[in-house]
Amino acid sequence: MKTKNKVSGKVIIYILLVFFALVFLLPIVWIVFSSFKTAGELFAWPPSLLGEHPTVDNYLLALEEGDFVQYFVNTVFVSIVATILTVIVNVMAGYVFAKYDFRFKKLLFALVMATLMIPLEVIMIPVFKVIVATHMYNSLWGLIIPAVASPTAVFLVRQYYVPIPTELMEAARIDGASELKIFLRVMLPIAKPVIAVLCIFSFMWRWNDYLWPKLVINDKAQYTLQLALANFSGEYSVDWNSLLAMSVISMIPVLIVFLMFQKHIIGGMTAGGVKG
Amino acid sequence: MKSLERKVFPYLMLLPMIVIFGVFLFYPALNGLWISFTKWDGINAQEFVLFDNYIKLAGDGDFWRSFIKTMVFTVLSVPGIYVAALGLALLLTRAIKGSNLFRAIFYWPTMISSIVVGLSWRFLLGEFGVINYIISLFGGEKISWLTNPTAAMGVIIFVTVWSMAGYYMVMFVAGIKAISQDYYEASEIDGAGFWQQFWYITLPLLKATSLLVLVLSTVTVIKTYPLVVALTDGGPAGATKFMVQIIQETGFEKSQMGYACAMTMVLFVVLAVLTSVQFKLNKGGSEGEN
Repeated sequence: MKTKNKVSGKVIIYILLVFFALVFLLPIVWIVFSSFKTAGELFAWPPSLLGEHPTVDNYLLALEEGDFVQYFVNTVFVSIVATILTVIVNVMAGYVFAKYDFRFKKLLFALVMATLMIPLEVIMIPVFKVIVATHMYNSLWGLIIPAVASPTAVFLVRQYYVPIPTELMEAARIDGASELKIFLRVMLPIAKPVIAVLCIFSFMWRWNDYLWPKLVINDKAQYTLQLALANFSGEYSVDWNSLLAMSVISMIPVLIVFLMFQKHIIGGMTAGGVKG
Repeated sequence: MKSLERKVFPYLMLLPMIVIFGVFLFYPALNGLWISFTKWDGINAQEFVLFDNYIKLAGDGDFWRSFIKTMVFTVLSVPGIYVAALGLALLLTRAIKGSNLFRAIFYWPTMISSIVVGLSWRFLLGEFGVINYIISLFGGEKISWLTNPTAAMGVIIFVTVWSMAGYYMVMFVAGIKAISQDYYEASEIDGAGFWQQFWYITLPLLKATSLLVLVLSTVTVIKTYPLVVALTDGGPAGATKFMVQIIQETGFEKSQMGYACAMTMVLFVVLAVLTSVQFKLNKGGSEGEN
């Protein structure tokens, strides 16, 4: 009786899991299939999965249009450069918060955490003013630089370094190493796991971000993918054919990162989310 | 006695972070407060008007309607996210084969940009979209998902839950896995069923995680903007125009930057209260662990 209950329980769990998996997966699958349909079949009624004449024309059209390639290149540039700078700035800060005693340390750390209370949404107008004043308006650097410091990243790095024994540093000091050398040669190499987490999250966030580009970029030549997708979808008659193809292309890097680093992502998320 | 190098080094290492936070966060934050006391179109000189913006804001029906819509949206979405995330986490932690695959599938939508999520659902929910086709297969009438104000709000809530549940699910999975198996074994001996175990063991022991999920998701949902841009653009007739969008439009499209800054102060107060709750929870959590 009891085992019978357990078996039927398992069956119910599987049915629910499969149902929800379909709910989470099918919308995107449908979008991917639709991106291979011709304009005429995109809104055919009744709809079919691929239409009668599946074609890659939508993709060719998107790629031929030089602008889209430009948006893709812009996004790659912003995501990669910003990720590198994010790692450098926050690892430096998190490391000294964990391993050094200095005046105003507590105050400075409290200020870093206080920045969580001031998201971009709250200060977008005065930030815009600073962007214009520093001549970064319509420049990809204006997208990159203002957001490279992150309280969550500083916190994660600090948490990573706190349990690492200070003896490592003392030994290097006795050997006459400078503080910078200790950081670069001894302490930085052992931080690879937390650096990997920072890289993944920074890249993902930059790739998908909309609000910063919306604020900083007006010139079409500097558009990122998200900005371009949002603007094309706002046009009077939406060209769904190229829009769907562009959306699918824009998801590919994210999919690759997700498949390669799934464990890091989910591990890093619990570390950063639950504790940070 | 520490060397001079050792005293100066930490400040040098912090310098890039301090400069960036100073120039692009703390200075703008204070400057924003100042701008909210001025009349400014973004081009001409600022004109000090003391509380004029705030007085105008107090009586601005459009803004407070948007404020209320944001709150309604948040109050309906957050429980949806909570239930979906917890439910999925419960299913995933039932020690079954393939749970890693299912976890990846549920998590995947959280990786897609809000713009693409919004566009995708707008396509699926179009008048001749596949959702209406499925409804027609079951003999239902086509629904104007995005042109009916109530339906549009429902759509935004559903899509928000769809795109965010996987993120908080991961937190719940971690929380559930941290619960000692002994509790469940002991209660099974006492003959407790699934629901009894859920109510009397799982849910109470997930209190810290639950509170954190509620606060974090609330803070995120209140700031919803790109999703709405891609899905409804605030429509129909402003039915889904939330606070960030009305601030953005007031500041950058109507060029009333002083007035928009006064609006951001309302958003700031709401978020600051929620974030300080989050700090308290984090502190409580880490003390409990030690």
